[in-house]
Amino acid sequence: MSDDHEPEGNPPGPEGDDADERGRTAGDVLLDDEELARAEIEAAAERAADAKSIGLEASFGERFIAAITGTGVIVTLLAFVSALVIGAFIIAFSEDSVREALGYLFAQPGDAFRAAWDAVSSAYLALLQGSVGGATQLSETFVTATPLILTGLAVAVPLRAGLFNIGAEGQFVAGGMLAGLIGFSLTGLPMAVHLPLALVAGLLAGGLYGWIPGILKARTGAHEVISTIMLNNIALLVSGYLISTTLFRRPDRTDPISKSVEASARFPRLIPWEPGLRVNTSLLVAIVLAIVIFWLVERSTRGFELNAVGLNASAATAAGMNPGRTIVLAMTVGGAMAGAGGAAVILGLQHRLTIGFSAGIGFSGITVALLGRGRIGGTVAAGVLIGALQVGGRNMQAQTGTSLELALVIQALIIVFIAAPGLVRAIFRIKADDLATGQVAKGGGA
Amino acid sequence: MSQAMTTPATQRRRERRFGMFSLLVLAGMLGVFASSTRGERATFILNDARGQLFELPDLVLPVVPTVILLSAVVAGIAARQFTRGFGSRAVVIVGVVALLFVIAFLTWAAAGGQLSVVGLLRGSLARATPIAFGAMAGVLCERAGVINIAIEGQFLAGAFTAAVVSSIAGDPWVGLIGGISAGVLVAFMLAGLSIRFQADQIVVGVVLIVFATGVTSFLNTQVLSGNPQLNSPTRFPAISVPVLSEIPLIGPVLFRQSLLVFGMIAAVIVLQYGLFQTRWGLRLRSVGEHPLAADTVGIHVLATRYKAVLLGGVFAGIGGSWWTLDAGGQFSREMTGGRGFIALAAMLVGRYSPVGAFGAALIFGFSDQLATSLQLLRVPVPSDLLLTAPYLVTIVVVAGLIGRLRVPAADGKPYVKQ
Repeated sequence: MSDDHEPEGNPPGPEGDDADERGRTAGDVLLDDEELARAEIEAAAERAADAKSIGLEASFGERFIAAITGTGVIVTLLAFVSALVIGAFIIAFSEDSVREALGYLFAQPGDAFRAAWDAVSSAYLALLQGSVGGATQLSETFVTATPLILTGLAVAVPLRAGLFNIGAEGQFVAGGMLAGLIGFSLTGLPMAVHLPLALVAGLLAGGLYGWIPGILKARTGAHEVISTIMLNNIALLVSGYLISTTLFRRPDRTDPISKSVEASARFPRLIPWEPGLRVNTSLLVAIVLAIVIFWLVERSTRGFELNAVGLNASAATAAGMNPGRTIVLAMTVGGAMAGAGGAAVILGLQHRLTIGFSAGIGFSGITVALLGRGRIGGTVAAGVLIGALQVGGRNMQAQTGTSLELALVIQALIIVFIAAPGLVRAIFRIKADDLATGQVAKGGGA
Repeated sequence: MSQAMTTPATQRRRERRFGMFSLLVLAGMLGVFASSTRGERATFILNDARGQLFELPDLVLPVVPTVILLSAVVAGIAARQFTRGFGSRAVVIVGVVALLFVIAFLTWAAAGGQLSVVGLLRGSLARATPIAFGAMAGVLCERAGVINIAIEGQFLAGAFTAAVVSSIAGDPWVGLIGGISAGVLVAFMLAGLSIRFQADQIVVGVVLIVFATGVTSFLNTQVLSGNPQLNSPTRFPAISVPVLSEIPLIGPVLFRQSLLVFGMIAAVIVLQYGLFQTRWGLRLRSVGEHPLAADTVGIHVLATRYKAVLLGGVFAGIGGSWWTLDAGGQFSREMTGGRGFIALAAMLVGRYSPVGAFGAALIFGFSDQLATSLQLLRVPVPSDLLLTAPYLVTIVVVAGLIGRLRVPAADGKPYVKQ
């Protein structure tokens, strides 16, 4: 967003020195043109490289993965491998037995390597088993992935319009709160009315909470990064207060915990005859919403405007589009997605509101959207992947004692490598032409 | 003011916005404070328990008359704002209105009880310290054209390393060096990825936060929880400047602080001078505004950016060390609690200048400390709602009062030599 600096921000020239002023403006324009041309050339090279890697000689699998992640299969794969290797080093060095063996490394080098191998392989095996090792594990993966997909979309849609929505956490809280309130305060409704009503309430609350930074940005130019950070803090504090009021709190409890959502407002389970499988219909809602968002962003006129504003706001304005309206739309839709995420967690899983029920799911949405490179399909895939990592991390902690924060480290490393394809190239000594380069969707700068 | 020219129409709109702000404040003051009486008088203790040159009398204010008087002043300001306007002094006036509001609020909160003014102000300055250090890191990076969202990550890395190193060495100075190196290490990753590999800088920033959070939390549970001797850092003692710290009220607030607080104030002054008055500062800002021009006159753009980001890492590292070498002592998971984002906001509210950022940091530090003080006073207004005040104020400031930020022109754009 750094290109939207105002002309009046330039230091004013001395009075009556209009010629100088004009000359400078002309120079700026020239530079911008040059930059544009360069960007155009780069983009063309990128497209060519993309086309090459997803070309006719590529197999269906390669094309599929490239289509999902929006990049060459090699970068994604190498990013994963690199992240897992670095993660392995971290596991090895944090293990007591390995550090002991390192003490006599030169006497018996085999011990250290064996201890390291044991620690790393058992941890990664537990990670894999915990996420995809069985029906229960798969169910947990999708349960965790559902809100992540939605908060990922909440970040991805504004990202396409060149906005960086850090506020998914607050929008998630707003959605969860209102959905929960509708869920437990209305009674006696049939599920066909109650559940959609609560879900729509969540969407609306999240959308409204996303609309605020959008309209502030469009009307006054308030930077969305600041306003969403502030709104996150406000949402967390206000929700903490509300949950302890009589409106929300369970009458028989003094600690801040809300009433339980009525059965008619709970997402029914997908496989009700298996009591261990918590996967529920909110997953379907997430998929449907993702499809709607895909249509909105990739196929509709509004989506075209959204992308145009994200790529070049001044060009979009020149073409008769209204960036202000697009900004508001992108933030509102994003907020609604995060709100749906909050509703999915409250109505589908937790069934009651507690302080801090968001548990960083909104912030993880940032990771998901970046990993998905701001594309809708990519975001959905990234949501499932991060969900799997988180669930697997829990199992890893339980089984091998390796702390589940390692999953967070691996997440971060994967994105580092995907965001900086040059780094992967430098590590694996791949020539630039061999690899599809790609910049992650343009984000708004601070 | 970088707003060189404002048309009468925008001027009028701004004036109305200022006026609305004053009216809102007024409504808050009258609505909440005057309506509920908790006690007749509010007592403000101006003395410090640790001794001073001479004792000051406690300030005892009658609650209702004070609040009504202050409200009348705010009403007057709002009226004048709507009729004639304050012109270029409007920003100062908004500050005055906010200050009156705070005084009225404190009077109401302390009604029937006692509030230690020294404790409140002293704590505010202490809590502003890491925020200001983080904001300095942000100013340095962004003035040189590199967006630094990763301040939170630098804080966490600094806090963790400072705790461990100080525990092993038994010396806070060595711990501080550890904290600084951790901050610089994160800064190096930021610089390398965004300058050398030209990755999207916001993405890199967010990723570095996740990375630092993950690594510190991981090592905390994996290593520190089993070895508590690694997590018992030696802390910086509070320093009392002789004579000066004996001055009533000012002394204990300004001159009886820990070393990091003094360091922060020195850093703000040096950076403000360095950035805007020296050749080094001019070069640093030039690569952030127009790197091509800077390159043409022979300034090494990439090296200048590297140096700026790494120097920023030093400040962020010190800021992170504050948590374990000054305030809390032990490292705990995610102990910085989003203050890195607050530092980012302080930098933006302070419009990329060290002194401005310091001012914003003071406001955030004050609201942090106020929450603690209010808990002692048992104010009936839920503290959660009161705590939202600084965030609301920030939104109001960013949206209405400052207007569009003048971002360094090349902020976030990688530079490729042609």
